[in-house]
Amino acid sequence: MKKTHVKTNDVIFQTVTKVVAFIIIIYSLHLFFSGHYTPGGGFIGGLMTASAFVLMLLAFDIKTVVNTLQVDYIKLTATGLLIAVLTGVGSFFFDVPFLTHTFDYVQLPLLGKTALATAVLFDLGVYLVVIGVTMTIIQTIGETE
Amino acid sequence: MNNLIILPILIPLLTGIILIFFQKNIRIQKVISLIAALTGVVIAAIVVQTVHTSGIQTLEIGNWQPPYGIVLVADMYASLLVLATSIIGFTALLFAFYSISEDRERFYFYPGVQFLILGVSGAFFTGDLFNLFVFFEVMLMSSYMLIVLGSSKTQLRESIKYILVNVISSALFVIAVAYLYAVTGTLNMADLSVKIAEMGQSGFLTVIAILFLIIFGLKGAIFPLYFWLPGSYQAPPSVVTALFGALLTKVGVYSITRVYTLIFYHEPGFTHQILAWLAALTIIFGVIGAIAYWDIKKIIIYNIITAVGVILFGIAANTPNAVEGSVYYLVHDMIIKGALFFLVGAIITVTGTSNLRKFSGLIASKPLLGWMFFIATLSLAGIPPLSGFIGKLKIVQGGFEAGEYTIAFVVLLSSLLVLYSVMKIFINGFWGEPSNEAEFKAKSTKGLYVPIAILLALSIAYGFGIEFISPYISQAADTLLDPTIYIQAVLKE
Repeated sequence: MKKTHVKTNDVIFQTVTKVVAFIIIIYSLHLFFSGHYTPGGGFIGGLMTASAFVLMLLAFDIKTVVNTLQVDYIKLTATGLLIAVLTGVGSFFFDVPFLTHTFDYVQLPLLGKTALATAVLFDLGVYLVVIGVTMTIIQTIGETE
Repeated sequence: MNNLIILPILIPLLTGIILIFFQKNIRIQKVISLIAALTGVVIAAIVVQTVHTSGIQTLEIGNWQPPYGIVLVADMYASLLVLATSIIGFTALLFAFYSISEDRERFYFYPGVQFLILGVSGAFFTGDLFNLFVFFEVMLMSSYMLIVLGSSKTQLRESIKYILVNVISSALFVIAVAYLYAVTGTLNMADLSVKIAEMGQSGFLTVIAILFLIIFGLKGAIFPLYFWLPGSYQAPPSVVTALFGALLTKVGVYSITRVYTLIFYHEPGFTHQILAWLAALTIIFGVIGAIAYWDIKKIIIYNIITAVGVILFGIAANTPNAVEGSVYYLVHDMIIKGALFFLVGAIITVTGTSNLRKFSGLIASKPLLGWMFFIATLSLAGIPPLSGFIGKLKIVQGGFEAGEYTIAFVVLLSSLLVLYSVMKIFINGFWGEPSNEAEFKAKSTKGLYVPIAILLALSIAYGFGIEFISPYISQAADTLLDPTIYIQAVLKE
């Protein structure tokens, strides 16, 4: 953006962002959880969440967003990787081949009959890695002078 | 069901992830990666022994039967290479502790090394063509990172070339896999082999076979696709070059071997003949480069290319002796290239230059370094008691059996020129009037000799212990010569 001495005022942009960012994040979570039966999953969900963060980066400056979210994205990536790998390592304890996944139907209080699959945990890893990598790339490039 | 063979892939992966959390604390990074590397060596040795006693080990990932799921296959060939990889990884870590600057260590050098080893081990063990592609990418991404880490001007320039070449070859890989999938409808290597044997290797499949030769040739640096290698391997620090020279090109060689012995072996008159002549040209251009340069790093880099040619000629000749020799030579070459690049790194640390004309008489100030280099050169050239001999002998013998007299003579002649190229370093660098003796003597080589000594000891033991090693090698060669052993182990028919 061209630097001018006149202070630009993006009150509309910032206000809209405050509302829209939440909608995007909720939609991304919806995409993340619907991945097993309908299109969606960890990758697109993670990209969506990251896009909400990017929108915040556009509306506010980097410092504000970093102070608000307080996340070390490289560590977030590593955590995601760790979760994904550990779901595979779990197979060692059940005497089945690596990365064997299982699922079960459970009666949950509010949701009723729900299928819980360990593949979701793997997808959670993917989700975190995608957010972490996207935000690391964008923030690193953004901070470089 | 056997989770043992996932461990050589899983351990570097977990270690790499954990190391990211300890970015600031270099001491902990060193301890963790050293422990992981040692465990890796032990596990790889256990895998080799298991494969030796109870045959090919397979692991159906996620409990899906092949050809529907990904299957990991540890035959003797792959297991030996994984063992060599973990040994190289371990020694490279030892070398890196004393030679890598702290600003590199701080920026994820050790995780990078772990992910590189993960990619290489995975590429050796996988039994699925697309999974091979994925592990290639894991390996290449970490190598992009290691080649550019430090951001000196040459590193930036060379990494652009390196990435460009590899992105193109990866795209070709995907295209080739797509063709093959369109023709056969499967990606599992054992299943591919069965399907192609049923339908016969038509002209179209031979074209795909050549396409794979081009792709893996770009990774493994065969003539005329080696053009990117000398510059790219020159740029990073010696320890990274050692990892690249000992591991990365060998994965390309392994893939050509796997594909040409397991999948496309029905038209050897065409495919294997092309491979044989490309191997011969690779050898010739490698030695030309090796004798032309006065830069010690460049000389060893061109020797990688020569070795790739020799190994592939063994596969192309396709007789029992030649294939066995090729396995011998591949394992030997991984060890000795690691040792030579460490030696070059140590010499550069002492002299501050890689230009052979700028120093001489090094043996006066660093005698141990000189004699270790001497042993390494003899081993590289294939002087009888040392490790390079038996492989070349068998390859030449196999070449004669296959009636490839010209190329077999090229292999013999190349040994002479390889010896000349490395002896040139020894004679000009270590003999002669000592230049700046006091300065060289003052330079610390603390810790640098240990990994070199380990690899040289292995090389000597490999040469003297042929009787002990040969059952393993012939088991590896048997699988390569008879694809049905592999297919039965995977598909369990």
